Amino acid sequence: MAATIPWTRLRTAGAKLTTPLHPDDYLRLLNPLWSERELRGRVEEVRPETDDAATLVIRPGWGWRYDHRPGQYVGIGVQVDGRFQWRSYSVSSPPRRDGRTITITVRAMPEGKLSSHLVNGLAPGTIVRLALPEGDFVLPEPPPAKMLFLVGGSGVTPVMAMLRTLDRRAQKDGTPMPDVVMHYSSPTPERMIFRDELDRLEETYDGLTIHRLHTDTDGMLDLADLDHICPDWRERETYACGPAPMLDAITEHFEAAGLEDHLHLERFSLELGGDGGEGGTITFRTTGKTIEADGATTVLEAGEEAGVGMPYGCRMGICHTCTLTLVSGKVRDLRNGEEFDQPNEQVQTCVTAAVGDCTLDI
Amino acid sequence: MAISDVQEYTHLTDEEVEQIGRELDAIRAEVEESRGAADAAYINRIITIQRSLAAAGRVALFASNRKPAWAAGVSMLALAKILENMEIGHNVMHGQWDWMNDPEIHSSNWEWDTAQPAEQWKHSHNYVHHQFTNVLGYDNDIGYGILRMAREQKWSPFNLGQPVYNSLLALLFEWGVALHDLDIERIRKGEKDPKEMKRQLKQIFRKGRNQVIKDYVVYPALSGRNWKTTLSANLTANVIRNLWSYVIIFCGHFPDGAMHFTEEEIEDETRSEWYLRQILGAANFKGGPLLHILSGNLGFQIEHHLYPDLPSNRYAEISVRVQELCDKYDLPYTTGPLYRQYGQALRTIMKLSLPNRMTSSDQPEPPTPSRDRKRKTDAERPPRRKELGGWMRTAS
Repeated sequence: MAATIPWTRLRTAGAKLTTPLHPDDYLRLLNPLWSERELRGRVEEVRPETDDAATLVIRPGWGWRYDHRPGQYVGIGVQVDGRFQWRSYSVSSPPRRDGRTITITVRAMPEGKLSSHLVNGLAPGTIVRLALPEGDFVLPEPPPAKMLFLVGGSGVTPVMAMLRTLDRRAQKDGTPMPDVVMHYSSPTPERMIFRDELDRLEETYDGLTIHRLHTDTDGMLDLADLDHICPDWRERETYACGPAPMLDAITEHFEAAGLEDHLHLERFSLELGGDGGEGGTITFRTTGKTIEADGATTVLEAGEEAGVGMPYGCRMGICHTCTLTLVSGKVRDLRNGEEFDQPNEQVQTCVTAAVGDCTLDI
Repeated sequence: MAISDVQEYTHLTDEEVEQIGRELDAIRAEVEESRGAADAAYINRIITIQRSLAAAGRVALFASNRKPAWAAGVSMLALAKILENMEIGHNVMHGQWDWMNDPEIHSSNWEWDTAQPAEQWKHSHNYVHHQFTNVLGYDNDIGYGILRMAREQKWSPFNLGQPVYNSLLALLFEWGVALHDLDIERIRKGEKDPKEMKRQLKQIFRKGRNQVIKDYVVYPALSGRNWKTTLSANLTANVIRNLWSYVIIFCGHFPDGAMHFTEEEIEDETRSEWYLRQILGAANFKGGPLLHILSGNLGFQIEHHLYPDLPSNRYAEISVRVQELCDKYDLPYTTGPLYRQYGQALRTIMKLSLPNRMTSSDQPEPPTPSRDRKRKTDAERPPRRKELGGWMRTAS
């Protein structure tokens, strides 16, 4: 920290030389990572995990703190056809204060244009944008003495960060591995991400038991079997991450047992808001106002009706005075039907209408 | 002659006007669809070149006591400022690159390297000038409140000084632009809201102060013994940028053939008619690719006015199609070499410093009688029109 203060001060002073730009706008010409304007990172390595999944090793640039909590996810923005597309992925590496890289593990989803691009199309050296770690699906401090992990498919990634953290602590200062039972569903053994590493961890630690299920041959997890897989599951803190139907079944099972307080979930597949109908509740985050709008009312009109001081200009999609940040949700451009649904995307409010609930930063 | 009905002026039928609108919409849709990695690479490359030039120019000027270093520094710095203002700043603030979803190159937060605060520019230029292009009393860019640029604007003895105001504006263009959104004419007539004026002046002062400190205090100070020559170099670079942007801007709407309109035109104006007004109200100039980049592609002023938020590097290809369309419907498409376009603008400035009776019109038809039109405030400007679709604000 002591080293960062003079740097920050120096760069603030440097802004006198570069106004209206920031020194970082010039420094990043020397090294793309030398900028705090937007968090960014360089892809150092793309490591194949399975046929359709890969681990990206990313070296973050200035402004990154390596203090994510195991289980959190980060946003990653990649320029595809000239346009930054954003997705969130769990960090699979353990946090280390002396770290220089983070890793995320991505599975190419069918029809997932961006995930396929990340797995197959990303050359080492590519500069990507990053968003700070977020998420409450984390390993508590101190870790519970008895844990159960229920994971399906690429839902293994946040849990892997937790296991690696526990492993690292055991290696570093001999903190014993807690009593961990893990159930891991995957269609086939080949598609099991981190298979070898999990084998090795299971061999190393007596406290770690892994139950593997190959759903293509053996069928989906029947939660009634939980009594066999992990007879004492009622006494454990449970962390579940996987496809939505699996998580729904788990939630139901835990609620039936009255144990929902001991269940922690991470839904990594995107929930599509509403039932595809147009319009929805628009929330204006900073002003704290909300309004119901139909699919023909522009976000700008809705905001004005709600009493928000919306910036506006031409009201015909030309001057871009009205552009605001769409924090979450989806809007549609009424001129051409184009949809915008990336987190923190800039949208022209005068020509877009809500598709389902959405939140704007104003 | 100021046009009060663009359709009548062009002798087109309703159906033809609508068809032109559809064809222009189709061009927009195609370009939007095809924006991609090559376009993103273009703007990123221009930005890299511009920043490298700026940095190299500043470094060269630390040795500004040597004549070659002074000359090289001035050239690089002037070039960097021109690129930033014209091809980068002006166009980024129009939202031409917003589609990249890159917050570092976005209309919502771009600040350009000139004294005018971006927020004010987006109002006075993107909104007032681009929506009300060349409409007398609505578009402050017809002379910027200091020059009489249309025969319909009432002459006053004040206009005798036009040659002087014009030279001053050219030399101090950055500062003229800085005052753009203040609306000099309304201040002169005492119609400006003092609170709003104070806010704007404060904003201009803050931005302008940083610009002045950078060029005339910090860099000369860093040059040590060479402070005098660095100061003169920075001043020269700023003046070169001022003269160049002045010439380019004055070629946009002041050459012969760029028509003016009366407020009758914008009553019930359809989107197609709006398109027609942009074609009739703007003037292009011809040149090679380098000239177009250095002028922010404003040599394609007509295309820029039809599609202010499409990427500037596409205007050249769009212009081919717009010219075909103009040929097809027998619409005028004003263009010419840069020197001729500017020459016509300069001649109009000189001529209109005199009353109408002492000069002849350079437009083909007789002028509409001149009258003193009251400036419109935003509240007085009409809302957009119904036929623009469900996204427009209903007149309430």
